[in-house]
Amino acid sequence: MHATLAGIRTPFVAFAPAEHARSAPRLSPINQRRLKIFNANKRGVWSLWIFLVLFIITMFAELIANDRPLVASYRGELLFPVVVNYPESKFGGFLAETIYRDPFIADEINANGWMIWPPIRYSYSTVDESLAGAVPSKPSWLQTVEERCGGYPLGPADPSCTIGNFHWLGTDDQGRDVMARLIYGFRISVLFGLILTVLSSIVGVGAGALQGYLGGWVDLTAQRVIEVWTSIPSLYLLLIISSVIAPSFWVLLGILLLFSWTALVGIVRAEFLRARNFEYVAAARALGVSNGRIMLAHLLPNAMVATLTFMPFILAGSVTTLTALDFLGFGLPVGSPSLGELLAQGKENLSAWWLGLTGFFTVSIILTLLVFIGEAVRDAFDPRKTFAGRA
Amino acid sequence: MNEPLLRIDDLHVDFATEHGKSHAVRGVSFHIQPGQTVALVGESGSGKSVTALSVLRLLPYPAASHPKGRILYGGQDLLSLDDHGIRAVRGNDISMIFQEPMSSLNPLHTVERQVSEALILHRGMRRSAARARTIELLTEVGIPDPASRLGDFPHQLSGGQRQRVMIAMALANEPKLLIADEPTTALDVTIQAQILELLMSLQKKRGMAILFITHDLQIVRRMAEITHVMTEGKIVESGPTEAIFANPQHSYTRKLLAAEPKGQPPATDASAPPIVSAEKLRVWFPIKRGLLRRTVGHIKAVDDVDVAIRRGETLGVVGESGSGKTTLGRALLRLVSSEGRIVYLGRDVDKLSWRAMRPLRKDMQIVFQDPFGSLSPRMAVAEIVAEGLSVHAPQLSPADRDARVAQALTEVGLDPADGSRYPHEFSGGQRQRIAIARAMVLEPKFVVLDEPTSALDMSVQAQVVDLLRELQRRHGLTYLFISHDLRVVRALANELMVMRGGKVVEHGPAADIFAAPKSEYTRALMAAAFRVEAAQSAEVAQ
Repeated sequence: MHATLAGIRTPFVAFAPAEHARSAPRLSPINQRRLKIFNANKRGVWSLWIFLVLFIITMFAELIANDRPLVASYRGELLFPVVVNYPESKFGGFLAETIYRDPFIADEINANGWMIWPPIRYSYSTVDESLAGAVPSKPSWLQTVEERCGGYPLGPADPSCTIGNFHWLGTDDQGRDVMARLIYGFRISVLFGLILTVLSSIVGVGAGALQGYLGGWVDLTAQRVIEVWTSIPSLYLLLIISSVIAPSFWVLLGILLLFSWTALVGIVRAEFLRARNFEYVAAARALGVSNGRIMLAHLLPNAMVATLTFMPFILAGSVTTLTALDFLGFGLPVGSPSLGELLAQGKENLSAWWLGLTGFFTVSIILTLLVFIGEAVRDAFDPRKTFAGRA
Repeated sequence: MNEPLLRIDDLHVDFATEHGKSHAVRGVSFHIQPGQTVALVGESGSGKSVTALSVLRLLPYPAASHPKGRILYGGQDLLSLDDHGIRAVRGNDISMIFQEPMSSLNPLHTVERQVSEALILHRGMRRSAARARTIELLTEVGIPDPASRLGDFPHQLSGGQRQRVMIAMALANEPKLLIADEPTTALDVTIQAQILELLMSLQKKRGMAILFITHDLQIVRRMAEITHVMTEGKIVESGPTEAIFANPQHSYTRKLLAAEPKGQPPATDASAPPIVSAEKLRVWFPIKRGLLRRTVGHIKAVDDVDVAIRRGETLGVVGESGSGKTTLGRALLRLVSSEGRIVYLGRDVDKLSWRAMRPLRKDMQIVFQDPFGSLSPRMAVAEIVAEGLSVHAPQLSPADRDARVAQALTEVGLDPADGSRYPHEFSGGQRQRIAIARAMVLEPKFVVLDEPTSALDMSVQAQVVDLLRELQRRHGLTYLFISHDLRVVRALANELMVMRGGKVVEHGPAADIFAAPKSEYTRALMAAAFRVEAAQSAEVAQ
């Protein structure tokens, strides 16, 4: 139970303003109550745990799915190919970068030492040259040994015919391992979503806070600008922009940020408008506290409730947007592991059912988990739920 | 003895909370005879309103529940009636008026619609008949020229008029019992007197019974025949009102009766220099109309007020809502923009910028009315008290700062160990002490007290008044004490200023004004505030 508490506290503390961080050792009674309600929602707690486990595992994608060994010993020297780029000349080859999957190199290393591979011996961009049949090929566990290892020089007797070279979810139409692409794709989608969510929350909360606190002309003008801005059909604009600028991770993030920051402005602005007339704000002004500190210490905590409640849903929305853009081919650069591209391949190759199903289940599981977490967070911050039954 | 109109037998009310059940009402029994006025008196949290709301089953069910008890009306148990049955009773046989007349009227419905709704619903009246009846009712509750007010919306009426409309709604179906839940608490004292007058005359005329819920002993004494004193969900003392007031039996009743703010302000030095003064102080809020927002007039919140407060004295500012007393206090602290010269410690401060004012704020502090609104709910008490120190004494080491905070908390009668707790864990009186500690930690010279006792229960009011007087004596503080309650002002103020509509009506030594008020308005205020004495002396005269 203690471990559960510590684990679930992390997301709250991570986004809490400095004020909370100072009193972090003891959670305020309000937050204790929220934690209790959150923990009471078993579906949300389980979703959070599953999501966290998946997220942490995929953060170490390079150690799980890679076309380089984790550790190798060659002529008495201990090598770490996962982190260090050794030239092939070291092993008697001529390329600038060693291809460890090459049978020649593999035999050379195994003859003069040993190497430990990650559980999946493919990276997201590794093309399996030894596939026997046509691509996309089926998941290995649905194939016979002959089908699976027919491409190796020695057939089923080849040392490469091991479980490490399994394609657990088959390959795509370019012979790349779907499982490896999925692991990397999950990571990039979630990271993209998280960064986008945090950045748009910061911009949105800042803009909403200024509008709500200053009010008057600033508020009026900014509200009209936001109305005009949000009436631009953003997806079409995104398509146009990303067909002009080469879309890298950060460029895409910037473009999406242009439109996603408005999501929180309205709520935060309303909270600030409401709270700036509270007597404790007047009391702080009478103490001579500066505007900046009033906004930060007295008003922001009010708005954080609304912000935190919306965050999982914004995260889900960001993941969907990225997937949609990738699906249409306007997203991340060609060759990047992405869930949208996997779905697009599934659509192109309807007979390769494992592509479409994998993409579908991955996206729907991510979104379902996020929505369940969001639901639990929303309940936790709901004051009516908290004070249920009080007259 | 004939059958009572309403009989409550061993009523229990529970509320489900996340910590299990809380027992709001535990075993309350009393009855009301036809035509009788019964008062339920108690402080906040005593369960008096919950008891009243149970009669019409208006509690938030299913969170609220009645594990035991019966409420008998006309031979049937209201608690076991089905929804249809209870609706036939509500607003028909038994009706209710509430504390806040603004929020209990629908802001989007006209006066006519609000009042005639009950007539059309319960009596099946036609619109034209309902209109005629509505005009009759409005005349009865004392709305002048009622036919022309039918189309008005609640915001176009004054607070007293709104409460009159509420009463007209409640009377529409000639109820046998009227439940009045703190009907005058939100009103000014002179309006309060009028509404009570109205209720009494209506009761006499119609012979209905009234269940009066209030915390105000003055009102009870004036209105009720039978009084039940409630605390912690139980009735601790019942009896004829006069007997209870003359000879209280239970210790809690004695405590309530003894809770009136008492004592005299400390004597002051009449030759002391003024610490703050203002000449021709003006706060006008522009009224803007039309597309171009042209200023067509002004709301004169404070209009040419001269004021001077000497060191160590207390100026009481008295007035009803809208009299400009709060605005005056805030203008003197330069929290609202104003015109006119303000001199603070011999220095003109009316032209200083917000930034230039900041060093001076250490010496001038304010305590607000609502102890629930004036403390940031997300900061621990020690952080709230320390905030001013972090602005005005940033050189203090954390240990020194904690020591100052602990000292301030001790001084207002709180345990410094409570510093790590949050405001909502404290009662109203304790919260007001925290707010006072926040002001006092800076060791100010001048403190504006903006109705610091109005939101508190009577017994707590007296304690806060004693605390304020003690702090003043110990530190030689200067107070500007704003209040609508003359009883509290009398216990604190040396000088008195009566305001109405932004202007000063009367100004002078408090003792002189209390002894011989000069203006008509001051006399009316006094009569309303000390009406018990007034009523008694009238009786003696007869």
